Amino acid sequence: MEIKKPAVAGTMESSDCQVTVEPGNGSVEFSLDSAVAHQFGNQIRKVTFETLKNLGVDNVKISIVDKGALDCTIKARIEGAVFRSVGQDKNLPWGGAIR
Amino acid sequence: MINAVGREIPEEILKLTGKEVFQGTHHFDGKIVQKSGPKTRVVINSNGSKLVDSIHDVLVKCGLKDGMTLGFHHHFRNGDKVLNLVVEECHKMGVRNLTIAASSLGGQNDPIVPYIEDGTITNIQSSGVRGGIGKAISEGKLKGLAIMRSHGARVRAIETGETKIDIAFIGAPTADEYGNLGANGGKADCGVLSYSAVDAQFADYVVAVTDNLVPYPNLPAQITQTYVDYVVVVDEIGDPKKIATGAAKPTTDQRKLLMAQYCTDFVTATPYFKEGFSYQTGVGGASIASTISLAKVMKERNIHMSFGVGGLTKPMCDLLDEGLCRTLVDTQDFDEDAIKNISTNPRHFYITAGEYANPFNKGAYVNKLDFVILASLEVDVHFNCNVVVGSDGYVTGAQGGHPDTAAGAKCTIVIAPIMQGRIPTICTDVTTVTTPGEDVDVVITDYGIAINPKRQDLIEATKDSGLPFKTIEELRDIAYSITGEPEKVQFGDRIVGIIEARDGTIMDVVREIKPFEFKD
Amino acid sequence: MTENPNKKRLRRSMMFLNAQKPSLIKDPYIYKIDSLMLDLEDAVAVTAKDTARFSLYHALKTIDYRGAERVVRINGLDTDLWEEDIRCSVAGGADVIRIPKTENADMVRAVEEKVVQAEEEFNREPGSTLIMAALESAKGVMNAYEVCMASDRMIGIALSGGDYTKDLQTKITGTGVELMGARQHMIIAARAAGVQCFDTVWTNLDDMEGFRKDVQTIHDMGFDGKSCINPRQIDIVHKIFTPTQKEIIFSEKVIREIDDKKAKGIGVFTVDGKMIDIAFYDGAKRNIMLAKAAGVYKGDL
Repeated sequence: MEIKKPAVAGTMESSDCQVTVEPGNGSVEFSLDSAVAHQFGNQIRKVTFETLKNLGVDNVKISIVDKGALDCTIKARIEGAVFRSVGQDKNLPWGGAIR
Repeated sequence: MINAVGREIPEEILKLTGKEVFQGTHHFDGKIVQKSGPKTRVVINSNGSKLVDSIHDVLVKCGLKDGMTLGFHHHFRNGDKVLNLVVEECHKMGVRNLTIAASSLGGQNDPIVPYIEDGTITNIQSSGVRGGIGKAISEGKLKGLAIMRSHGARVRAIETGETKIDIAFIGAPTADEYGNLGANGGKADCGVLSYSAVDAQFADYVVAVTDNLVPYPNLPAQITQTYVDYVVVVDEIGDPKKIATGAAKPTTDQRKLLMAQYCTDFVTATPYFKEGFSYQTGVGGASIASTISLAKVMKERNIHMSFGVGGLTKPMCDLLDEGLCRTLVDTQDFDEDAIKNISTNPRHFYITAGEYANPFNKGAYVNKLDFVILASLEVDVHFNCNVVVGSDGYVTGAQGGHPDTAAGAKCTIVIAPIMQGRIPTICTDVTTVTTPGEDVDVVITDYGIAINPKRQDLIEATKDSGLPFKTIEELRDIAYSITGEPEKVQFGDRIVGIIEARDGTIMDVVREIKPFEFKD
Repeated sequence: MTENPNKKRLRRSMMFLNAQKPSLIKDPYIYKIDSLMLDLEDAVAVTAKDTARFSLYHALKTIDYRGAERVVRINGLDTDLWEEDIRCSVAGGADVIRIPKTENADMVRAVEEKVVQAEEEFNREPGSTLIMAALESAKGVMNAYEVCMASDRMIGIALSGGDYTKDLQTKITGTGVELMGARQHMIIAARAAGVQCFDTVWTNLDDMEGFRKDVQTIHDMGFDGKSCINPRQIDIVHKIFTPTQKEIIFSEKVIREIDDKKAKGIGVFTVDGKMIDIAFYDGAKRNIMLAKAAGVYKGDL
């Protein structure tokens, strides 16, 4: 999928995270702000890259402000932002690219 | 050298501090120690007043100079104004390399952070540190070593002369011109002056700071004229709104109530729960809720508490007023009700921090506790607790009486949710050990209860209680199954503080914070 | 399609949770709720309808709800959201789809059709997704029986008191008088159709005594459970839905007696001096199930 316009998903509430995606410069540029970075920073990065790969996104600037979200929430917010960016909210690939 | 809780204490720190590594809670039981007496500037004249005009003048009279150690108490909690006032004046006078030996420090003391950065203050000794000072210590801005020690350990350090206080400042809600100090009946009441008793007895100079001078003699006095050199009157020693809030509303958080109910069910299933039991609890929502639900069972079974220890709040004072508890011994008050109660109920007694928890006297109150209910930032599978260093690696909490009561009580219960946000509270190894696992008997979480395997007697006594028992490893596994397995906090090499055990040995070290870096 | 074994499971408490809020959906099972109702409808802001689905999908896929039933409330059939809501819920493996603002059997059938399609699309076992219907209008309540009978997947109907009382041109009074007719009508319809019946929420968290009385009322009327909005309410519901020891012992005897006499071909008999027939059997079974759920039954039935 191609990120065409900037999009945001998620909130700054506890246990949530806010994901922003923007058109990239040819690769995945990842930035993270998390109070649990020491414990889970590497894991969050891994989940982010996996989720983007599943979605077929390889050209994006993605930044995550994390408030202690679990992996399932991080995935959901990334997908939320990406599908918002491309303007799709019907016939989503549940169990396919979204997994 | 590796200590009794498995922590590596570097040789250079042992050399620098002259301390030994922690060898177990009861290692020094029966040891003979020599107390160290203070210098006393005797007063034989009959001039009648110890009043001095200002903090500045009193610092001059006490001979303030570089490298001195100043003592403070934290009974005014978030409302304290005395410490900042004094340190500000020291800074103005241009002295350097001061040691602040406070019973605790918090966000109210953030204004002194610049004086850490500029070298006015180079050493800190405290029960713990919250707010900006904790941040400064973790970021390596303090030139010396921060020593974090429990309330009992502070008394031990001062009495044995390990910490020599040159000038002690005692914020006093009431004082007369000759230095009789009270904690109630002024503008900034705090109930008790327990933490300052040892400062009064062992500091070379003792300065009372008050905003409420009363006619002589100010009796009953918690600290008496024979210990006090000078009295200074200032505008405000504390902000009463921040010293104590109204009693916290009983929590409606179902998770805390669930843990509180587990706690009460557990306590009442042990053989210690019988007529005349003794009890201490913290100020967290779950602890307070468990006190309230315990009171119901006490009424039902007609069981009375012989004494309660505090850190006191309204629910404990209610037990006293209702006759369910016969005596309260008090070292700190956390709400307005508790502060009032000490003046209204004659069975509510002031005790000193030494009487409360000093391991190096002839027996403290904590030794007589049946139960203590505590909280913790982290608990590991060895039952070690961490109440000082946050999950982000910053110093952000205080030991208070945690290690003291845990060591003393026959049944030490720690209540903690299995995770906080994404941080698993129950973990493989705590970031920093502050209370050794040998002193922690039971851990109560929202997902179940673990009893320390060394307490087979408690396991046996409670096995038919119907409570959801798990091993501590099972609790950790549940936590990790939800949060994922955490990596360890990345620290820099420099050691910025030590966690001192009650007996003065080293429990653990605290290292400088390091910004997080991704692997490879 | 064989009947889903979960159709008549225990549903004393059904708690509303905003599917969009990670802190709420992380581990609500610690409150020992029978059914979790993950909400895509009213709790979710219009601007978050799209992202709530991703949150729901991964919660359903990843979080182990430890035996709590997972009901999803989809958006109304008057929106353009509900069909994708169903795809998402079925793909995630939701146990039950709750239809809001149900007024007639056709609406249930429309949902059923989409559920069938989704089960096929996402390789779910046919019939694994159950349906329940919320009645939120006078018309819906009047059509309760046809709604109950509209699908084999139907587990039951739930009253939604807020919207219903608006439609009646009154309001929630706290006395229950405005809900009397709907409640009575719905429980009769549900029982006639052989499905369950759930009561509306109680929103005044400061009046726990009022809540307790409300739950006692609907329990005595025959309802299967109560919708809840806060974990504080769960314990109260479960306590009221816990049979007394006397009821448990009597139910146990009834079941044993009927099992025994049925084998011998006898139709009417006595337990503790009371005349008993087969009509007592389901109620007795349900009492034992409730007692087991409350952890107060130690027998071997």
